[in-house]
Amino acid sequence: MSADFFYGIEVVINGLMAGVLYALVALGFVLIFKASGIFNYAQGVMALFAALTLVGVMEGQVPFSHLINAIFGTEIHHFGWHVPALLAIFLTLLVMVFFAWCVQKFVFRHLVGQEPIILFMATIGLAYFLEGVGDLMWGSDIKTIALGLPQGGSLWLEQATSGLGGDDFYGFFIDKLDIVATLVAAVLVISLIVFAQYTKQGRAMRAVADDHQAALSVGISLNFIWVLVWSLAGLVALVAGVMWGAKSGVQFSLSLIALKALPVLMLGGFTSIPGAIVGGLIIGVGEKLFEFLIGAPFLGGATENWFAYMLALVFLVFRPQGLFGERIIERV
Amino acid sequence: MFYREAGDFKTSYEADNQTFPIAFDRYRYWAVLAVAYLVIPFIINDYWANAIFVPFLIYAIAAIGLNILVGYCGQVSLGTGGFMAVGAYACYKLMTAFPDVNIVLHVILAGGITAIVGAAFGLPSLRIKGFYLAVATLAAQFFLVWLFNKVEWFYNYSASGQINAPERFVAGVPVTGANTAPWAQYLICLVFLTVCAIVARNLTRGTLGRTWMAIRDMDIAAEIIGVNPLRAKLSAFAVSSFFIGVSGALFFAVYLGAVEVGEAFGIQKSFLVLFMIIIGGLGSIFGSFAGAAFLVVLPVALKVIGVDLLGWPTDIVSHLQLVIVGALIMFFLIKEPHGLAQLWRLAKEKLRLWPFPY
Repeated sequence: MSADFFYGIEVVINGLMAGVLYALVALGFVLIFKASGIFNYAQGVMALFAALTLVGVMEGQVPFSHLINAIFGTEIHHFGWHVPALLAIFLTLLVMVFFAWCVQKFVFRHLVGQEPIILFMATIGLAYFLEGVGDLMWGSDIKTIALGLPQGGSLWLEQATSGLGGDDFYGFFIDKLDIVATLVAAVLVISLIVFAQYTKQGRAMRAVADDHQAALSVGISLNFIWVLVWSLAGLVALVAGVMWGAKSGVQFSLSLIALKALPVLMLGGFTSIPGAIVGGLIIGVGEKLFEFLIGAPFLGGATENWFAYMLALVFLVFRPQGLFGERIIERV
Repeated sequence: MFYREAGDFKTSYEADNQTFPIAFDRYRYWAVLAVAYLVIPFIINDYWANAIFVPFLIYAIAAIGLNILVGYCGQVSLGTGGFMAVGAYACYKLMTAFPDVNIVLHVILAGGITAIVGAAFGLPSLRIKGFYLAVATLAAQFFLVWLFNKVEWFYNYSASGQINAPERFVAGVPVTGANTAPWAQYLICLVFLTVCAIVARNLTRGTLGRTWMAIRDMDIAAEIIGVNPLRAKLSAFAVSSFFIGVSGALFFAVYLGAVEVGEAFGIQKSFLVLFMIIIGGLGSIFGSFAGAAFLVVLPVALKVIGVDLLGWPTDIVSHLQLVIVGALIMFFLIKEPHGLAQLWRLAKEKLRLWPFPY
């Protein structure tokens, strides 16, 4: 076996890990889309906002301190305490639930029955709004998350596999953070599935996803379910935000992962949770392999920017509803 | 009192078919044109041209183009930035390859090249609909920006990766390059906008526009009554991309002068133009103008109020701007999904009866 072959395998493994992170974002989309038919472009910004809030709470920053200072001429920045990580995560979740409630109360309740494209545009507006609020609340500088997640390459794995590929091969280099992210994502997905299958609220959620009016007529509160779904999406956003934030710092570019999740959704279908995961893995592996085999040697690199979209585009031409999506039936 | 059909007798088919059937609308139209051509060029200065008028005119062309695709034909596109980049780079290549040809011709040719690229990226729209199409057009956006970044031929192997507009003249007056007078910039954009708006208005009133609208309202039903979806969708993509390409070429050559593709034509630009037509009103030429004016003036107004009057730091004002734009979009979608154009329509309905209650 040549070293190139093993480097290829390493690329595939890293692609799988990246794919898990894409899937994590895509999951939030699917949750909301299934329950309310809203294609939530703001999911990426929600991840950014959740991560910003977590960092802000942990470090005891005063929310809106820049704005307050500008208006009143004061000089406040920090409360001066540090909140332990678990409590901070809990508080951040509360903020996300409150955000979910606000979104439902002030925006989407007034848009029930509008065309999907109008709802989509509204979420773009929401994304801008939330991005601005996040920056105003916590400042726009790059922050680091200090949750104590392991980082850096896994030396143990590198040494254990270094004998495989001869002298040119130094073993698989895999970031420990990616391994943690994979585990967390697996736990999250399993608990979401368990929640949806075996709890009362989960069942109500699936009923709403199936048919709004039928669910309403058996006494399920649509408002409650929508707030619940947005809160769950907030939870997923928090996890995704922490993982991506730990990888590349909490900054504006975090919100762009929403754009990366779009081709994942197109591949997997907008309505399928397994689809989001499989789609994420395919996109993750596909773009890393393409960059490794064709992009970097022949096309000048940075093909990761567009490969996922092209893959999804070509794929959709043959299967317009995605891999696991429900069949599109059109009536005149 | 002034705004009514009564008493305006049409005696020929041409008069019956004219763009503005109501006399007051015609006078208003000529008045706006007269002010735009005969008054503003003489009083415009550098600040007003660069901050408001030239970007407004250029974005209005792009908004008309996108409105044809999204508002009239119902095909949502997020690739506007990419198509503007095609127009800009096509214009640059033409300007440097054929320096003796008039810049006006270059801009039109750049639009034509963009139309071909746009139609090619419109092909998937025959299979893919709705959101899926919106995401598919993102492929165009990211691929085109990457292409113009990586292939050095497009920026003539310059070390900075930027493209710079060389100086070109129209009737002996410089319109691109460093020595351009504000009124020259303004006038050339205005001429292009006027022609584009008239063409777009008449296209959407005619057969082509009606087939687009049939496709928008329900493509299967349109196909059954004999609209060719291939021709309708691809022509919408081509015409829309033509306008967007023209605006991209002007944006590069006349307005900015030097462009780095990722910065000037990124995904943010696609969203900006999309917001313009949502706020202005989908399926309305007037709406494209209103939306472009609104989103060009809003940041300038906020900056004047926030930074110059209240003395706040620039970064806070720019964050506030995001909040306000986002909130306004949501507000408009809730209160008036048909945008500013609908308010204008309602105002006209009221004017018909004014000053009598009914």
